[in-house]
Amino acid sequence: MFARALLRYLFPLIALVLTLFALVDSAHALNAAQARSLAVGEVEQRVAALNALLANADDKTVALLQAISDDAVKFTDSALFVMKDGKGFDPVTGAEAKVPEAAEDVINNNEMRNELEAALATTKLFSADDKVRAEAVKTLAGEPDEKKLPLIEKAFAAEAQPAIKEALARLRSAMLLGSTDKAKRLEAAQALAATGTPTTKTLLLDRMKVETEPEVKVALEAALKSIEGRLAWGERAGVVFTGISLGSILLLVALGLAITYGLMGVINMAHGELMMIGAYATYVVQNLFRTYLPGGFDAYILAAIPASFLVAALVGAVLERGVIRWLYGRPLETLLATWGISLMLQQLVRTIFGAQNVPVENPSWLSGGVAVASNLTLPFNRIAIIVFALLVLAGVALMIARTRLGLFVRGVTQNRKMAACMGVNTARIDTYAFALGSGIAGLAGCALSQVGNVGPDLGQGYIVDSFMVVVLGGVGQLAGTVYAAVGLGVLNKLLEGWQGAVLAKIMVLVFIVIFIQKRPQGIFAMKGRSAES
Amino acid sequence: MSAVLSTPMAVPLPAGGILTGKSWSAVFTAIVVVAVLVPVLNLMTPADSALHLSDYAVQLIAKIMCYAISALAMDLIWGYTGILSLGHGVFFALGGYCMGMYLMRQIGSDGQYRLPMPDFMVFLNWKQFPWTWAVSDSFAAQMLLVVLVPGLLAFVFGFFAFRSRIKGVYFSIITQAMTYAAMLLFFRNETGFGGNNGFTDFKRILGTPIATPSMRMLLFVITGLTLIGFFLLAKWLVTSKFGRVLQAIRDAETRVMFTGYDPLRYKLAIWVISAVMCGIAGALYVPQVGIINPGEMSPAASIEIAIWAAVGGRGTLIGPIIGAFFVNGAKSWFTQAFPEFWLYFLGALFIAVTIFLPQGIIGLVRRKKEGP
Repeated sequence: MFARALLRYLFPLIALVLTLFALVDSAHALNAAQARSLAVGEVEQRVAALNALLANADDKTVALLQAISDDAVKFTDSALFVMKDGKGFDPVTGAEAKVPEAAEDVINNNEMRNELEAALATTKLFSADDKVRAEAVKTLAGEPDEKKLPLIEKAFAAEAQPAIKEALARLRSAMLLGSTDKAKRLEAAQALAATGTPTTKTLLLDRMKVETEPEVKVALEAALKSIEGRLAWGERAGVVFTGISLGSILLLVALGLAITYGLMGVINMAHGELMMIGAYATYVVQNLFRTYLPGGFDAYILAAIPASFLVAALVGAVLERGVIRWLYGRPLETLLATWGISLMLQQLVRTIFGAQNVPVENPSWLSGGVAVASNLTLPFNRIAIIVFALLVLAGVALMIARTRLGLFVRGVTQNRKMAACMGVNTARIDTYAFALGSGIAGLAGCALSQVGNVGPDLGQGYIVDSFMVVVLGGVGQLAGTVYAAVGLGVLNKLLEGWQGAVLAKIMVLVFIVIFIQKRPQGIFAMKGRSAES
Repeated sequence: MSAVLSTPMAVPLPAGGILTGKSWSAVFTAIVVVAVLVPVLNLMTPADSALHLSDYAVQLIAKIMCYAISALAMDLIWGYTGILSLGHGVFFALGGYCMGMYLMRQIGSDGQYRLPMPDFMVFLNWKQFPWTWAVSDSFAAQMLLVVLVPGLLAFVFGFFAFRSRIKGVYFSIITQAMTYAAMLLFFRNETGFGGNNGFTDFKRILGTPIATPSMRMLLFVITGLTLIGFFLLAKWLVTSKFGRVLQAIRDAETRVMFTGYDPLRYKLAIWVISAVMCGIAGALYVPQVGIINPGEMSPAASIEIAIWAAVGGRGTLIGPIIGAFFVNGAKSWFTQAFPEFWLYFLGALFIAVTIFLPQGIIGLVRRKKEGP
């Protein structure tokens, strides 16, 4: 009898417990209908289903969302299949199922993709890993969506890390900006004033267009002003950085020219082509590394630097010995002769490498950049070039000031005849100095290959600028070249932001012509009796 | 950096007048050839005759004659005054653009959009002509601009440059900067001169169609006579006292200053004259070639003018004309026969002329005449 009572009450009890379990479980567990609503149907319905499921998402839901996002789900009229390694799996049970031929792919449009991305980010909000949570907040901050607010509130309450909590607070404010409650909007506007990202600015601007409450409008304007102030600093710093970067490139380009011009009074119109030769030497070294040493590709730039220096220096030495030395004392003819050489060098490169640009890749440690502010990223390759230019400048200054060769170069620059009387072989010094100047041009070409295109007309773009630096900076001292190069670079970029690239260049050229009126010998002039002539 | 005298040749002052009797007959022959012989050989001989001068040849020679005028202008400032300008192309191009503006207006409503504005303005959605086009309808006014615009630019630039005594290599470089800046400016569409396409597709000049053989021949004759006229003008300038002072400035400027002359006036005067000559050459060039674009202002084009003068022989006036014909003839031949070698040839020409032939072709001829 006891057994009969047990059976009478036990089974319902078990059934009840099981049902209870089932009920509790179904609040979390993915069922087939829900899975289907995520994958099949109109985008709006799918998004609604997505948001409904997000509140209590379990691992299976997350997995399905990831699979849909990865375009790895197929469906038929009755079933859904998650594809993995060519096999189909049921999203609810995880069991393998045969995928019929007629199964179609689940397609996501851009809106769906964005929603999926945001949804997956929300699920990551509760991950145990700090980094994953921070990434998730960043992804969600890109497109604040009010529908996710309850989840964000939950995450905010549960968050322990202060940095992530702050990010979540900002996100919360961004979402609250569109709330129907005026007080909440006011609070959100004031909270957002403390941020400084371009996305927040866009958010505030959009809200300003539709806002009706005057109080909130005032708060929004105040917030916008403070954000714009903060962003302006980023922009100004960006302009200064680009100016310094351009200045460092101009410095490399003009340094060699300044040395040869100061020494021999020769403006070398083939200087641009020597740079081009350095850039092509870098290209060749890159290809050699790619063919013979692919593992060490990232180090190719370290081999390319001496290679471009040597090749350009060699070409320069040949030029000096073969052509320029016969035109000593005739600077205008040297201009023309070196122009002829530049034509021939360009055509030579076109014949060997083709007239198109050639691809030169940055090694991986030079790619990318460091984000200094929300609207300012400093690229690594430009930072490297600034450092490189400073190193080259230091090297050249050291060489000129401390070595015997530098001593002779200085002597010949100041008074050629006297130096010859003192036993300096001026002809040989000419060759060495010209080779040095050309080698530096080669280094400039190597640097340029990392930030710009490499083609036969690489040099033509920088010739006029390098001449301007030399004319402005004066000859005889390296300091003039440095100041002129950096000054022109920054001035150019400042004017560019104001008037556009072409007018900026024209204004810089006009400025130089006017400056030369006042001070024809440049910023730093050689002093002394032999200086005039 | 002392200026060693590179030796351009002294100009012999003839006993009376600017040219000797033999030279006058040469000039007369040239006038007959240009104004009579060529039109006959082109227009009146049948197309298959051996004596026929093809339209292509006529156009080529006309183009080279325009270049020869620029080379002559370059000789005046470089060969006789010692100022190497690497930016003369800008004056040539400005004259060309002024003529081009008139020709664009003459297209009238026959352009692609069938509107009375040039096509590029319609494309830019402009409703009115900018102020620079104010007088572009009138032939006389535009021709005046052909003279005034390069002249004014040359005057302003030259005044400021010569006043601060910028000489030599520095001056050459800033002329290059000037033409580079102008080229950049004209490449912009907003400047209102056709952007990088420039002006082309001309239909009429003074109401008559431009592409007819008779109009072509008329332009050819005008160009030829202008070249000869400028040659005589230049000869008169350099054999006068003005010319002597110019050569003195070339050879020893400081000494000229100490002797009491103000080099600024002389340099400025010849600079402006030379610029106007180039402008007129450009204006004659455009209707014959049919296109003008900012490429004519590129530094490379200006440097080529200098090499024509150098190849022919600086300081001789006839030399640069010969040089222009030689180099452009070679260019025409090379770019048809061996296009990849043209730049090698040109580069080698620059080097060879400066090192081995500082007096140019004329110098070579004179050395041969003087004998061993």
